[in-house]
Formats: sequence, C-alpha cells, structure tokens
Amino acid sequence: MRELYGFPGGVHPPEHKTESSGRPIAPAPLPARLVVPLMQHIGNPAKPVVQPGQRVLKGELIGKADGYISASVHAPTSGRVLAVEPHPVPHPSGLPALCVVIEADGEERWVDKTPIEYLDRDPSEVRNRLRDMGLAGLGGAVFPTHVKLNPAPEPNIPLLVLNGCECEPWITCDDRLMQERAPSIVAGARIMRHLLGAREVIVAIEDNKPEAIAAMGEACRDTDFELVVVPTLYPSGSGKQLTQLLTGREVPSGGRSTDVGVQIFNVGTAHALDRAVHHGEPLISRVVTVTGNVRRPQNFEAPIGMPLAELVALAGSPREDTTGYIMGGPMMGFDLHTDRVPVVKAMNCVIARSHRLFPPAPPALPCIRCTRCAQVCPVRLQPQDLYWFARARDFGKAQEHYLFDCIECGCCAYVCPSHIPLVDYYRFAKSEIWAREREKKAADRARERHEFRLQRLEREKKERAEKLAQKAAASKATAAMPTPDADAKRAAIQAAIERARARQAGVEPRNVDDLPPDKLKEIQEIEARRAKLREAMQNPPENTP
Amino acid sequence: MTYISQPASVGLIMGKVLLALGLGIAAHVAYFGPAILVSLTLASLTALLCEALMLRLRGYAIAPFLKDGSALVTAWLLALSLPPLAPWWLVVGGTAFAIVVAKHLYGGLGSNLFNPAMAGYALLLVSFPAHMTQWPAVDMLAQVHLSLPDTVVYLFTGHLPAGVTLDAITMATPLDLLKTQLKLGHTVNEITRAPVYGHVGGRGSELVALAWLAGGLFLLQQRVITWHVPVAMLTGLFAAALWFHVYDPDRYVAPWFHLATGGAMLGAFFIATDPVTGPTTPLGKLIFGAAIGLLVYLIRTFGGYPDGVAFAVLIMNMAAPLIDTYTQPRVVGHGPQKSGKP
Repeated sequence: MRELYGFPGGVHPPEHKTESSGRPIAPAPLPARLVVPLMQHIGNPAKPVVQPGQRVLKGELIGKADGYISASVHAPTSGRVLAVEPHPVPHPSGLPALCVVIEADGEERWVDKTPIEYLDRDPSEVRNRLRDMGLAGLGGAVFPTHVKLNPAPEPNIPLLVLNGCECEPWITCDDRLMQERAPSIVAGARIMRHLLGAREVIVAIEDNKPEAIAAMGEACRDTDFELVVVPTLYPSGSGKQLTQLLTGREVPSGGRSTDVGVQIFNVGTAHALDRAVHHGEPLISRVVTVTGNVRRPQNFEAPIGMPLAELVALAGSPREDTTGYIMGGPMMGFDLHTDRVPVVKAMNCVIARSHRLFPPAPPALPCIRCTRCAQVCPVRLQPQDLYWFARARDFGKAQEHYLFDCIECGCCAYVCPSHIPLVDYYRFAKSEIWAREREKKAADRARERHEFRLQRLEREKKERAEKLAQKAAASKATAAMPTPDADAKRAAIQAAIERARARQAGVEPRNVDDLPPDKLKEIQEIEARRAKLREAMQNPPENTP
Repeated sequence: MTYISQPASVGLIMGKVLLALGLGIAAHVAYFGPAILVSLTLASLTALLCEALMLRLRGYAIAPFLKDGSALVTAWLLALSLPPLAPWWLVVGGTAFAIVVAKHLYGGLGSNLFNPAMAGYALLLVSFPAHMTQWPAVDMLAQVHLSLPDTVVYLFTGHLPAGVTLDAITMATPLDLLKTQLKLGHTVNEITRAPVYGHVGGRGSELVALAWLAGGLFLLQQRVITWHVPVAMLTGLFAAALWFHVYDPDRYVAPWFHLATGGAMLGAFFIATDPVTGPTTPLGKLIFGAAIGLLVYLIRTFGGYPDGVAFAVLIMNMAAPLIDTYTQPRVVGHGPQKSGKP
C-alpha cells in the first residue's frame, strides 16, 4: 500500500455521480452538420487547410497545427465542407471563433488509418505525429499531449500518473471510460511511459468509484502499474494537488508537476493516445457526461463538432425549468451562452442548470473573516485577505499575498458563509494585473522609442551645429585666402553659369557618345528638325491662315 | 465559477452562537435569578433598533443584515458581561454604543476593529464604575429573592420592594473579594474560605463557567470556531497563574480558580473568538489567544480592575492586523518544505 501524503484543505461537496454513472457510454448518432472549432487546445489555433465545397473523409486533416504548442483538427466524419467561418464556441467569453462547418454525407468513410510505430521511431518524430493526430488533454485543460510527452530538458520523468480521480461533482465520463475501456487506457499509458522514460506508473482513482477501480485493477494486473485509491476530496484531481497527495512533494510556485519529476495525464487522454497510436485514429470524438436537469443523464461518445442542443436531446430533452448549461463541473465550470455551441475536446461534462438543482446564491454579505476559506484552501492561501485586496484594487498587495498561486478551484467560494463569489474576485484581480502589465510593457516600449527619438534629434542637431561651425570656419578661411584662389573660384563660378546658360539654350549633356553611327545620324536629323521648329516658333510666319 | 455552496450563512453561524449561549444563560438564571433575562431582552431590542437605524442611515438593505444575527450576538455578549442588576440605561447605553460606534462607525459587519460588546463594556466600566459592581448574590447566599416583576421595577426605577436593601440582593464577586482581601493582607487560603467561593471558583458562578465551556465545545463541534483561540487563551491564563501560584500560593490564587471565575470561559469561547476582530492565521490565533490569557492574568492580579477580559481583548484587537502580517502561513510551492519520497 502506497503511503499517501495528503494536501491542505479541500472540500467534499455532494457528489451527484450516480445520476449519470449507472448507464453505459452510448455512441451519439451522427449529426447532419458539424461545427469543428480550429482552437480546441492550449496554444496556437490550427490553420484551416480546407476550402468550402471541398469533400473530406472521416479523420481527414482540416486544420493543421501551427507551431510547437498547437494541435491539429480533423473531420469527425466524411462529408462536404460548407464554410470556414466564425461560429459560437464553448468559451467563458462567449466570443465566436473560427470553425470548419461540415455537412455529413452519412457514409462515414475513413481516411487511410496508419498506426504509429512508436517503439523503434525517434521520439521527436512520434510526438510530431501525435500533434498531427490532434491529441490534447481530455481532462478539461486540453494541453497538447505531444508537448507533455517531451521529457526535455530532463532525460526522463520518473513518475507517470494516470489521473482517474474525477473529483468534480456530477462528472462521470472518466468513471465510465475506466469501467468500459480499461485495457485501452492501460495501452495508452504504456506508450506514455515509453516516451517519457518513466520508471513508475500510478493509476490514481478516488475511492467513490469502486467499479472503475475494479476494472482498472483487472487491466493493470499484468503490468507493474500501481493502482492507488485516493480519498474522495476535491480537488484531488488537480495536477499539483495530486502530485502532493501521491509524493508529498510540492510543485514549486509557477512551475509544473514535471519540476518534481511527475507527469500527469487524464485517463481519457491515454485512451485517445491508444486509439491514435495503435489504430491510427485522430482525436475526433470524446466521452461527454450529459447530466443535471435532463430526463436521462448519461455519458455519450460524441463526435467533436456535434451541436450541444442535439447532444442534450439524447439525454431526453432538458426539463422545462432549465435555465442554461454549465460546461465542466459545478466547482470550476462555466456557463455556455447558447446551445448552438459544438462539442469540443475540452468538453468533459455538460450540466443542464435549474434553480432547483443550483439555487442562485443569496446576496453576498460582508466578509466576517471567519477563515473557513483559508481552512479549505489547497494552496494554503489566505483567501479572505486576497478578497480584501482585490476589492480594494490593491493588486500589488494581492500579488504579495500569492494571488497567482491560486488554482481557482472554488473551495473558498463553496464554503463562504457570506456567499461571496471569491474566485470571481481573484480572476478579476489577475486579469487587471495582466492588463496593467501589458499596458506597462506597451508604455515602456513607447517610452523607449520616444527617448530614442529625442536622442536622435539631439544628435542630429549637434551634427548640424558642428557642420555649420565647420562651414563657417571654412568660409572665414576662404575670405582670408590670397587672390589667385579667389580668381580660380570666380572662374569656376563663371564656368558653372555658362554651363547653365548653355543648358538653357537647349544643349543637353551628351549622353549619346557611345551610340552607333546610324543612331547618331538619326538623332542629328531629329535635332535638326527640332531646331527648325524652334526657329519657326520664335519667328512665326506673318500671314498664317 | 462556483455554482454550488455549502448550506452555511452568517445568520446560521450567529444562530449557533446564540444557541450555544443558551445553557449558560439557563445556569445564570438558576443561580442568580431572572434579572439577566431582563437585561438580555433590553440589550436585544436596543441592538436591533440601533442596527436598523444605522443600516438605514448608511443606505444598506435592512432585512438581510438584521437577519444575520450579528447584532443579537453583540447584545447578548454585552448583557452577559454586565452585572444583571445594572440599571436599564446602562444596558441600553452600552448596547447603543457597541452597535452605533464600535460597529457601524467603523464600517459595520466585518469591518469593525474592536469587539463591539467589549468596547461597550469598557466604556461603561470606565464611565460608571459604581453601577458595574451590582452583581446579584448567588441564590443560596441571597437573603432575599427578587421576583421577576420586582426585578423589572428595580431595573427601571431603582426602587426595591419595601424592607429590601441593595446589600441584601448583591454581593462582591469572587474576583473582587479576592482583590480587596489580598490588599488587606489576608492569604489566599483564608480568603477562599468565604462563602462566595465554591469548589474551584465562585459558588454558582463556577457552574455557569462550566456551562460556557459546554457551549464552547458545542461551537467547536459545529466548527463555528476553531480550537486555537480558546485553547491558547486558557493555556496562557493557566500558565501565568500556575507560575505565580507555584512561586507564592499565599498571594497568588490557583490557576484553576482563574479559569473558573469571571469572564474567562465566556471570553475564551465566545468573545475572543470573534472572527472579525481577531487574527486569521492559525499561528496568529494562537499568539492572539495566549496574549489575551496573559493580559487577563496581569490585569486581574496587578491591575486596578478585578477582571480584565474586556481590556485584554480590546488591546489584542489592536494588534490583530500586525499579528496577521507576521504569521502568514507558508503557501504551497514556496520556500523550504519537507521533502517527500525521493
């Protein structure tokens, strides 16, 4: 039995897992139209590589990864590209983003699926292939998987952790996936281990998922993977907290778990990796929990790009008192502004909201400094102080009190007896600080430019002054010169005047010396005609009709 | 965004505090008569009225803030600290000062620097010292028992029933008596043989203190308060008393006597634990509590007042922000840490 180290704080909200965990994962039927966003991961959005009207096959590349931290996007089914245009996407901002709209032809014709031989290939090449397969973390953060599988600058990462904690209430997609597809998850983990050079592999699951624990235990039996059952305590599934829980090591502030030799992947990502490597299938579908105020909460394997409204309809249309949808869990999720948004790689769960299930918080009262928030903070922050500083817009103080170590898990807001939306205040403070830093950088650049300009003007002024002084000195010297030189100068001036006069008289400088004789002759003829004309114009005939 | 929250509210917390006070109030009535019920009622009405008035003046919604119960907690704590036979205007004046000045003029719920109940108490103690000593005699020692109507008449008019003197219904508190008798050169042992003393502290009042302790344990169990402040305060008081008691048991009374008398228990569990006016860090709470315990002992033993909970709390209220500044816990991922498995 592995010794667990625990982490500070944490909460245990009502789980609400059984609503959706009892039914198996159902494949979602193919929608008529799919809207596939090009930005479904952390990093640069993929670049569209299809044109409206173009026919695409299932799994065909439609958006190419742009740069290292990026991931490709593929057609979830075969059909015709209708448009490449901005469309509402699931994002807290509610802003539309560039999407490829595909009309399904219903034939589900695949591209050629080429599995990746990862064992005898250069790891860098394998990682590039994974990027082209569109793999990103399916736990919700959607960080490109190939980046996380690069152990550099370390030669390897000693500990690989498969995260099956799923600590947020309501969500059960990982639970069902572990129950139904444990061997695939283990196969994916083997690939991860190979690429990372990990010595140890841990599968961590919260103790409220006995069926998943049994299934994963069975799948791990012929491996040296260690199955670790962790206590159900939110946010045990958060990377830094899970690292601390399993190893006792704290991830340094501003760092990642790899800084202490731990790399963590969601079990869903391992499954997707197995599909990509062993079956050559890019990431074009995922398991989504549809729960909350719907008639039959259930998990669905939904194609990326499926409209939310159609997905929710599969769970038996939402009840009449539904007020909206949450993407993610009730602790860290966010509101979806419309049900027209598509399923994306980050969508682990959709919860239909109602006042009955999620009563609106009563009006916030002042903070009474009861420190319940500090007692549950997994980072050991003093949320009541951060709140105070954020409210007072004392952002410097907030930063001094480690605002940027906040993981926004929501534990503080969950326990606050004054019902203060604490995390909103921290996000506000963070974005204000970021905005100020951007402004400061811009101002710094502008100031640098301005100072450089002033310097340049100053320099030019100086140079001009110097030149003038030199000239003045020179002319003084000339005035004092003896006559012969002055005569020469006068002669030179005279010559210049003559030259000018000659030019005025029409004698152009001769640039015709090198021309062949016939050309010269031609020119001479033209000149002669011109002279005649000129003469004619100077002395016009008296009696022209 | 967090869409769910624990079924907790400021009103619920304050309600539990009031509930926890119930047992002590019952013990109080049993041993010292019904006078305390009158002052509790008086203080409650004054507090609610002042709270509503101030909320209105400050342009706040009245209903949600009145319902938070914080004004009632202030009122009850002040009333329980005052001598139950104090005249009505003392209770009303003290409560009004606590709510209007100490609470709302400092920014209202969550913003006040000083514990409102203790600020009110301190004001009354320095302004009307004579009225602040009218403690009723404990039931078994009282020569006359005042009925509830007689008590009300006395509190509002100052008239006692015919033939009853004030001395017949009041007596010096155990701490008071100890202080004055020590000055006269008696030893602790001689003094505590007097009838006002019980097994550990004052007769009757030691059982009221036990009831405060029980109420405090209820608050701990309900997680309304944390253990830090009460444990630190009682330990600080006990340790200081023990030190001097061991040094000279004739001049310095036993540490358990200090825990069982005066405002020690009420202060440790209900007053010093006020979250608004105390520090927020765990270490800060320990320092805060221990310093209050120490100050209570110093004031009781060497100061001019028989008890010192109010002044000790007010002094440490001033120090709370400073304590917080210097006791910030180490944030995860910062600074030295214990190393886990290699």
